[in-house]
Amino acid sequence: MSEDLLSIEDLHVSFSTRRGMVEAVRGVSLTVGKGEMLGLVGESGSGKSVTGFATTRLLDAAGRVTGGRILFRGQDVTKLRGDDLRHLQGAAMSMIFQNPRAALNPIRAIGLQIADAILTHKKISKDAARTEALELLRAVQIRDPEARMNAYPHELSGGMCQRVMIAIAISCNPALLIADEPTTGLDVTTQKVVMDLLADIAAARGMATILITHDLGLAARYCRRIAVMERGRIVEEASPKTLFSVPQHAYTRRLVAASPTATSRIEDLVTEEERERTAAIASKPRPELPHGTPPLLEVRKLAKRFNEGSAAVADFSMTMAGGESVGLVGESGSGKSTTSRMICRLIDPSEGDIVFDGQSIGHIASRDFHRSRHRKDIQMVFQDPNESLNPRYTAFDCIAHPLMRLDGMRAGDGLRKRVEECAERVGLPLDLLPRFPHQLSGGQKARVGIARAIACRPRLLVLDEPTAALDVSVQAVVLQLLDRLRRENDIALLFVSHDLNVVRMLCDRTIVLRNGNIVEQGESRALFDDPKTDYTRKLVEAIPHIETGPALAAAL
Amino acid sequence: MLSYILRRIVATLPVMAIVALFVFSLLYIAPGDPAVVIAGDQASPEDVERIRQSLGLDRPFLVQFGSWVWRILHGDLGTSIFTNLPVSTMIGQRLGPTLSLMIVTLLLTIVVAVPLGVVAAWKAGSLIDRAIMGFAVFGFSLPVFVVGYMLAYIFALELEWLPVQGYTPLTEGFWPWLENLILPAVALGCVYIALVARITRAAMLEVLQQDYIRTAKAKGMGQGGILFIHALKNAAVPIVTVIGIGIALLIGGAVVTESVFAIPGLGRLTIDAILRRDYPVIQGIVLLFSFVYVLVNLMIDVTYTLVDPRIRY
Repeated sequence: MSEDLLSIEDLHVSFSTRRGMVEAVRGVSLTVGKGEMLGLVGESGSGKSVTGFATTRLLDAAGRVTGGRILFRGQDVTKLRGDDLRHLQGAAMSMIFQNPRAALNPIRAIGLQIADAILTHKKISKDAARTEALELLRAVQIRDPEARMNAYPHELSGGMCQRVMIAIAISCNPALLIADEPTTGLDVTTQKVVMDLLADIAAARGMATILITHDLGLAARYCRRIAVMERGRIVEEASPKTLFSVPQHAYTRRLVAASPTATSRIEDLVTEEERERTAAIASKPRPELPHGTPPLLEVRKLAKRFNEGSAAVADFSMTMAGGESVGLVGESGSGKSTTSRMICRLIDPSEGDIVFDGQSIGHIASRDFHRSRHRKDIQMVFQDPNESLNPRYTAFDCIAHPLMRLDGMRAGDGLRKRVEECAERVGLPLDLLPRFPHQLSGGQKARVGIARAIACRPRLLVLDEPTAALDVSVQAVVLQLLDRLRRENDIALLFVSHDLNVVRMLCDRTIVLRNGNIVEQGESRALFDDPKTDYTRKLVEAIPHIETGPALAAAL
Repeated sequence: MLSYILRRIVATLPVMAIVALFVFSLLYIAPGDPAVVIAGDQASPEDVERIRQSLGLDRPFLVQFGSWVWRILHGDLGTSIFTNLPVSTMIGQRLGPTLSLMIVTLLLTIVVAVPLGVVAAWKAGSLIDRAIMGFAVFGFSLPVFVVGYMLAYIFALELEWLPVQGYTPLTEGFWPWLENLILPAVALGCVYIALVARITRAAMLEVLQQDYIRTAKAKGMGQGGILFIHALKNAAVPIVTVIGIGIALLIGGAVVTESVFAIPGLGRLTIDAILRRDYPVIQGIVLLFSFVYVLVNLMIDVTYTLVDPRIRY
């Protein structure tokens, strides 16, 4: 075992909270060899990030290693103090974080931030450090590196910021790099570029890497070995091939099932046993609409310009029938959120018209739309269930509020009944209704958001990345819920997402946007199986798929 | 940037005009006939009439205001009723001590309060933190004159380290000048130090939880580098704001401090002018203080752009 660069032995980490000590990591053991890339996969709360932070000694003040050893080059990291520790951090092992924009100092030029790392560990002049920083910017393939040296993080895109973080992390040629959800929050094409870059750099410099992620597909694409964590323990460790073809542990099976693949259907997202339990309520076929039914929504030549600048959205037209689901996909900045907000009448279009149920609503100012009788009919589910719920409103208040505003209901038994009915429809246990958002899990908050949106029985639901912040298993449940709501209540869904796998499963039709223009549209399955434009092909290829069985064998 | 500063200076004109109107109205807001008020208790009706004539109080309000503003714009703040000296000369004579006191207090505050706040945030929850915050509460709750007399008693009367009171101009040497200002500056700065230390601690605590501080730790940077290079500058906006607001506190505090330590500054002049109902002097001082305050606000806004590149005007 002397070849192992890092060897974690029976690690225990606890956090002191108001409710006493909580054990986040309970006996994790793993090894990483020189130059190896290990995937550490698990859902939120599984302890994967905590393991990473314990290894780099970046745990919060509340967190404490309560047992086990972390041997790095034979030295126990958990016992290091003062200068010994600092010689390790950033020099021998470094870390890349989730949310790169927040991980960079907002008011310090990025060149200086890279130089900080160099100057901490090398005794060289500031000018020499600056030259090295410039070289690093070139190494992470940032265009026009001389000019970018003096840029601040807010002037760079998310992908660029993550490249800068990589530059900082590799500045002293560490032997071990821990990447904690390095591409979460970046869109698929940027994710691919950043991950490819990271993998190339790690290979070229012989760096060992631990890739911490919730995305099994991502880990499968880049790692030879994957460790799956659940509730502070490693439940299974294997090569991607074994993991996906013959998962041993029940949790891995559930995780593999919940991860959307190139061919999976909504019904596939749970394991066989669970599917049988829910089979009774699933799939009530949608009645075929008679010909000649007017569309529920018709959007004509919609355009939006911000501040006299170039168009964020131009010439966008589409129609939707009642109960239909349409996906709106594209990279960040493609105008998909702007479009959905215009349709939802939260912002005003610069040009064009929106016709809902035969009535033009595009010309009603968005600030007056709440008085329109169609406000009830068009509702929105927002991206981040944490940010979009008022922290001072209980789940009950959140769901009751639109009923009181839009349906004119008064507090009382009638309201309570309606709220409880909504909660039941989204599968939210009634005893959670008096809770505040911070007392709910991510999946529960997502349900509150959906229950709020369907409370007034809308006919069109606009969903802006409703599952982007959720774990795959929670995502699977939410997607099934949405699909069921659509079938049972004939709600049309306009689904905005950068996750093409999800769109393909949930939506009948898909519209691909780029720089505010429609580049391609059509029936979802056909569009993804045989993309007509290069852009769509690029998007499809960037998705890290889990390939099972023969497909994977062929790839190897 | 330059055009922004110019625009801001132009924007201060209406503010100053409103202040001027208010200051001028002081005389009329005060109860009674201004001429009678100025003439004092023992004045004969002839005296009152003479004052009314000489001050132009018999003319309409707006005409008086107009000519007053006109004179101010030409640098003429009027003449003291009591000493018959031009108000600008009187203020000029008293400006040195007050300015000295304020600058020394300001520097003392920044040098003491900011590091205290930083250390308290760094060691949050520890004994040091609690001691510093305890001192802050203490300093905040003691009035300037109590601290002033206590300091004078201990350091000047008992220990005889520093002079009890008085003022020596800077032209007579740096140490004699500073020697006289130490006790007043400490007395005046107490509240201010407490305030700035508290805000520094709060702002630092907020910043220290940010992701980029963790990044700095991951780089292996030392505590000093993390606290002063990465954290403090990010916490600077609220700190600079409260230091600026504190200058208003200082102006008020200077009036009391100067009487406690017998410093012949603007504070003393203000008190004397109020006691003597010397309206032209009061008006001149209030106008000056307002102007300084407007200027300080402008400086704060400009400082923001220096510490935070995301703020652009």
